[in-house]
Amino acid sequence: MAVPAPVLTMSGIGKQFPGVKALDGVDLRLLPGEVHALMGENGAGKSTLIKVLTGVYPADAGTIELGGATVAFGSPLEAQQAGISTVYQEVNLCTNLSVAENIFIGREPRRFGRIDWKRMRARANELLSRLELSLDVSAPLSTYSLAIQQMVAIARAIDVDARVLILDEPTSSLDADEVEQLFRVMRRLKEEGIAILFVSHFLDQIYEISDRMTILRNGRLVGEYLTKELPQVELVAKMIGQELAALERLHGEAKVFARPLIEARELGRAGAIEPFSLTIHEGEVVGLAGLLGSGRTEIARLLFGADHAGTGEIAVSGSQTSLRTPRAAMTHKIAFCSENRKADGLVPDLTVRENIILALQATRGWTRPVPREQQDELVGKYIKALRISPPNPEHLVRNLSGGNQQKVLLARWLILEPRLLILDEPTRGIDVGAKTEIQRLVAELSDGGMAVLFISAELEEVLRLSHKVEVLRDRRLVAELPNDDSLTTDVLMETIASGGRTS
Amino acid sequence: MRRLLWPVVVLVLLLVLNVFFTPSFFSIEVKDGHLYGSLIDILRFGAPLILVSLGMTLVIATGGIDLSVGSVVAIAGALACLQISQDASVFTAVVLALGLSVVLGAWNGFLVAAVGIQPIIATLILMVAGRGLAQLITDGQIITINSPEYKLIGGGYWLTLPFSVILVIIVLGITAFLTRRLALGMLIESVGGNAEASRLAGIRSRGIIIMVYAFAALCAGVAGLMISSNVSSADGNNAGLWIELDAILAVVIGGTSLSGGRFSLSGTVLGALIIQTLTTTIYSIGVPPETTLLFKALVVTAVCLIQSPSFRAKVFRRRGRTAPPSPAAEEKVRVTA
Repeated sequence: MAVPAPVLTMSGIGKQFPGVKALDGVDLRLLPGEVHALMGENGAGKSTLIKVLTGVYPADAGTIELGGATVAFGSPLEAQQAGISTVYQEVNLCTNLSVAENIFIGREPRRFGRIDWKRMRARANELLSRLELSLDVSAPLSTYSLAIQQMVAIARAIDVDARVLILDEPTSSLDADEVEQLFRVMRRLKEEGIAILFVSHFLDQIYEISDRMTILRNGRLVGEYLTKELPQVELVAKMIGQELAALERLHGEAKVFARPLIEARELGRAGAIEPFSLTIHEGEVVGLAGLLGSGRTEIARLLFGADHAGTGEIAVSGSQTSLRTPRAAMTHKIAFCSENRKADGLVPDLTVRENIILALQATRGWTRPVPREQQDELVGKYIKALRISPPNPEHLVRNLSGGNQQKVLLARWLILEPRLLILDEPTRGIDVGAKTEIQRLVAELSDGGMAVLFISAELEEVLRLSHKVEVLRDRRLVAELPNDDSLTTDVLMETIASGGRTS
Repeated sequence: MRRLLWPVVVLVLLLVLNVFFTPSFFSIEVKDGHLYGSLIDILRFGAPLILVSLGMTLVIATGGIDLSVGSVVAIAGALACLQISQDASVFTAVVLALGLSVVLGAWNGFLVAAVGIQPIIATLILMVAGRGLAQLITDGQIITINSPEYKLIGGGYWLTLPFSVILVIIVLGITAFLTRRLALGMLIESVGGNAEASRLAGIRSRGIIIMVYAFAALCAGVAGLMISSNVSSADGNNAGLWIELDAILAVVIGGTSLSGGRFSLSGTVLGALIIQTLTTTIYSIGVPPETTLLFKALVVTAVCLIQSPSFRAKVFRRRGRTAPPSPAAEEKVRVTA
């Protein structure tokens, strides 16, 4: 197979930040009509490389060639005009504007200085049909799902005659069907000869869609490989630089749990989750499995008092109680790491230290500050234990990478020494290394007697950690399955699909 | 501390500017055991604004805003003067006035935190109605009083210093203690930085917000006492008029973002001093009265622009390229002014 001339070549790229060498001699080439995966752990330099390419940062060393000519972009706009478009992890669109407006914002087709609405709608339809989508382009974007919004972002990106399309973790908030839809679009764009640079933490997706990959580690190039020639195990080893220890069984023998911690009976909330009953024992890891929107987060929020339950009752350690506020749940030593760490987890303007002690301080009230020595000790301990990077407690949380933000949130709750820890998608969007760390931590905590409610979209992960698995479908708890040898991801998927009627 | 660099530079520039017009500007002398001088005057006349700005800082840090402080200034002064004119003791008058201020502030906080009205609307109610309340108290008249004890608050001296300056130092000290030594500051910044995350972290943000609005009104109440004491009269119509806007400006110049979160008390004090120095400067360098407001607007715009990192980056980059001398920058000043 003859290799066509690359549309984009980056060679010897170096980038220095105060105190860190973010990139050091990295090469990357993109061929027309291929999906190229950029792989690496959090902090390996993927985002920095993309930012150098799109002109957000200037490169300190190295050259970028686009279509044979050397380029250096001063801003993302220049890069876009040259044919390099980027769709970021968080959709950067205005959900209150219409689909068409979002596609053409800033470059609306004009006639006599006024916006030519008719032509705008027509062109929007044209663009979307290129992605095999048919939408009402004058409807507000907010009426469509996150996946569709993602597609609209892509439509916006390819309108400007893109030669290179960069997708930075586009799938992290999509469910399986939506990912499939996105992949169809990607394959279609590939046929048109666009080079796609794809970043994702989901290895299965990488193997499904990508043709070639470039692996980075600690700001250095590990190598470029053909996807089909690199087995997954080797990929992971190259990413983290060591062989991944087998994680098949994190729990030893099946344990018997005698002391119920939380007993929910017919707990429910109209429009969120049908009444359900659930018992969580001390030291037990309960997994919640189900599709996105099946009510996983809703159960967690009810158990934490973040939402009010409409029906049912709840008992903690055998005594009847009501969890009307997060504060009330916290007095029962229940902790909740929320799924959306940006919106309802962290305070971005505060430092790592302040974010970590926030919940502890809240339980003490404002009149009794946590002494500074105790703060430094606690924060230092968890920065070390969770390997938060950079290990500077006075760093603003907004400047941390996603995985490290997740660890900060986890640390906030761990210092409270909760009896029940609710983890809603704690490993989403974080790299393999951090993921195994968090999984191992969950196993350790439960061995120490802490109960854990573990929510994850990845069934393998749920299966690996949980003692029992609650299956959700369409906002209803449909089955409770003990995690013995007979339980596999296939069984789980069947249960989700069948709604628990047959099994 | 680097973010306080620009406010300090501006303040120093303003002060130095005064020396060219009034060579004795920096001289401070002791007369009858009291300190006198232009600098002391700036502190003395700036005291009410500093107080109101301190309260405003905390409100803005929670992501709110308090437009009613000017009205509270008027109400507190009116109630105190009314009491004194009816032969109540100064102590009773002060306690009643400050008590009413706290109640009014707590009402604002209740509307914001418990009812869920947007802060600008919730406090607009008291801003408008409060003037009426103040006039109701004074019966539409200007109450004039003659009480040497009451005069101390705004116009008197203690330990050679103006008493109002001492009051400011005390309130500033208490505020700094509550917010920086105790945990109130962090919780306020957390609520202002991300309200939902704060709720899920177990912070009782409702109580904190009510407390902060009550504190802002208390500061305004003290400022109201100072203003009315200084002129020995209460004017429900004009006391503290537009002080809320000056206070918001002081907070912003001091580097606290209007969107809430991080706040800086020392920045706010600097901001209030800049505004007061500017007012003094306008008189001392003899700007024609009809252009004082325009002059003030231009200076404040310039201060805000100098503080904006993105603006500075633009100007410096332009210079680096030795392009024509930034016409866009000048245009901007004119437009925003």
